[in-house]
Amino acid sequence: MEAPGATEGLGEGGAGGGGEAGADFGACRDEEFERYSRQMIVPGVGREGQLRLIYSRILIIGAGGLGCPAAQYVAGAGVGTIGIVDGDVVEMSNLHRQVGHATSRLGMKKVDSLISHLRDINPLPAYVPYTFPVTPENAADIISGYDLVMDCTDNPTTRYLISDVCVLLCKPLVSAASVQKSGQLIVLNCPPTPQGRVDGKYAPCYRCCFKKPPPPSSMVSCGEAGIMGPVVGLMGVAQAGEAIKILISSLHLPQPSPPPSFPPLADQNLIQPTLLIYTYDLSSAIGPYSFRPLKMSPRKKTCFACGENSPSTLTLEGIKSGTPNYEQFCALPVPKHTLPSEERISARVFHDMREKGEIGRHVLIDTREKEHFSFGSIEGAVNVPFGRLLMRAAEVKRDGGDESGMLPGVVDGDAPIFVVCRRGLDSQEAVEKLKELGVDKGGRRRIMDIAGGMNAWKEEVDPSFPFV
Amino acid sequence: MASSVEGPQIPISVDFSGGLEMLFSNQRRHSLSIAANDKDGNPSTIAFLIDHLCKNLMKDPRSELFVLDGHIRPGILVLINDADWELEGEEEYELKAGDNVLFVSTLHGG
Repeated sequence: MEAPGATEGLGEGGAGGGGEAGADFGACRDEEFERYSRQMIVPGVGREGQLRLIYSRILIIGAGGLGCPAAQYVAGAGVGTIGIVDGDVVEMSNLHRQVGHATSRLGMKKVDSLISHLRDINPLPAYVPYTFPVTPENAADIISGYDLVMDCTDNPTTRYLISDVCVLLCKPLVSAASVQKSGQLIVLNCPPTPQGRVDGKYAPCYRCCFKKPPPPSSMVSCGEAGIMGPVVGLMGVAQAGEAIKILISSLHLPQPSPPPSFPPLADQNLIQPTLLIYTYDLSSAIGPYSFRPLKMSPRKKTCFACGENSPSTLTLEGIKSGTPNYEQFCALPVPKHTLPSEERISARVFHDMREKGEIGRHVLIDTREKEHFSFGSIEGAVNVPFGRLLMRAAEVKRDGGDESGMLPGVVDGDAPIFVVCRRGLDSQEAVEKLKELGVDKGGRRRIMDIAGGMNAWKEEVDPSFPFV
Repeated sequence: MASSVEGPQIPISVDFSGGLEMLFSNQRRHSLSIAANDKDGNPSTIAFLIDHLCKNLMKDPRSELFVLDGHIRPGILVLINDADWELEGEEEYELKAGDNVLFVSTLHGG
């Protein structure tokens, strides 16, 4: 759609419905002035900055704790085209932090829910829904239609994929992450530089900064570790701030070649970008190190995705056809422990035998964190969080002592010990640790794992159990 | 906390973030004195510090969450005075009095 008089006005902005004819243009322009006036008068924005936003296209991948607050400000600021990618539906446990959704929209696709909220904030932008997850097959096709990408996802597999595609398509990436009480934010690949160029100092990609994913055993998700709403919200809002800044400054455009030998100051900060870390401390009113800016390295010559030889290791065609294998690179968690069957008992059998009095006197240890335990537990269970149990075990091993040092308060002669955890992995390790320390008294005392943990208890015994 | 190695000590601070503090008594900042030189008389490096932390400061036995095969595990960033350690020579960096070393676990949630 041509924008008549675009040189005088703000442009057809937002291009919203797409079907609006030139006749509406005048009204739209007035509305734009009024709508964006408070940010347009900020030094450094102005009419030109606003026009750049209006003619820009941002892709937000992930419509959750980061994506919701990020999208609100991106939409409010008047970015003309906003794509949102997410395959999930809105769940009740999302709502404490995913502020773009609502109780009335439970069960709706997150992308549709968020867009309905954004239209309420600002109907002018064109919203493009992608109600499915980003994959190696579709990533390039989606990302190629945008000027800037915001990584608001929740897993390393997708993070590496998005960064790789952004490198190949020369798109800047504003990346954030958050778990429990911590958040991180960094601007990557900005200004974007073609893959393989190492003749100067250039901005790094995600792989330059985070070469390898952590081993699966050390990774925790928001579902497991929990997440404070304001922490992830802050990170999402900060992402929007960075994205708006980049578009207003036109830093998303690839830089001229060869690069100026003295890049402007603003660019230097991007070439060695700041990783902002945020730590929220529930136990102290004012944390001394709440925000901390860290200086990262520029593009690495040896980087798999953007370094000197990267054109031979990473291509769009390769990604589409399965190379590299992102799932394998970020290897999904595999159960570490499998005890022999005689040391395991199903939740159902444990319950039934206990009801019939066939188990007799016993000790039941629940190794979940105390917050999980506080939601509910099996009657008579004693809470010994896994970390504390391991620490005690190490102490006993080092300093000697008997099981009373190991499990104070739960010693009961030769009564069998049952161990339960959340999903049945920690409990198996706990059983092994206890035996290693001789708590089983050479086999006289039985120590058993309740297979599948409280998750299985909920499924097999008590469907009303509040499992988190 | 004093290092077991005899000789001059240097004061430094070590911070843990992104969940790693859990392995170190749930304390985010530790002020310590470490030996200025290792047992061969060479200046103490980050590698020396990492070993020192595992042996003396870590209360949690799950050392594999911090170190794998003698090196810092993938997914942990090391910052020397708030700059990526790759700018400073990584494990070879020689510690100076007053240095701050930060270990941050990379987050992926959202």
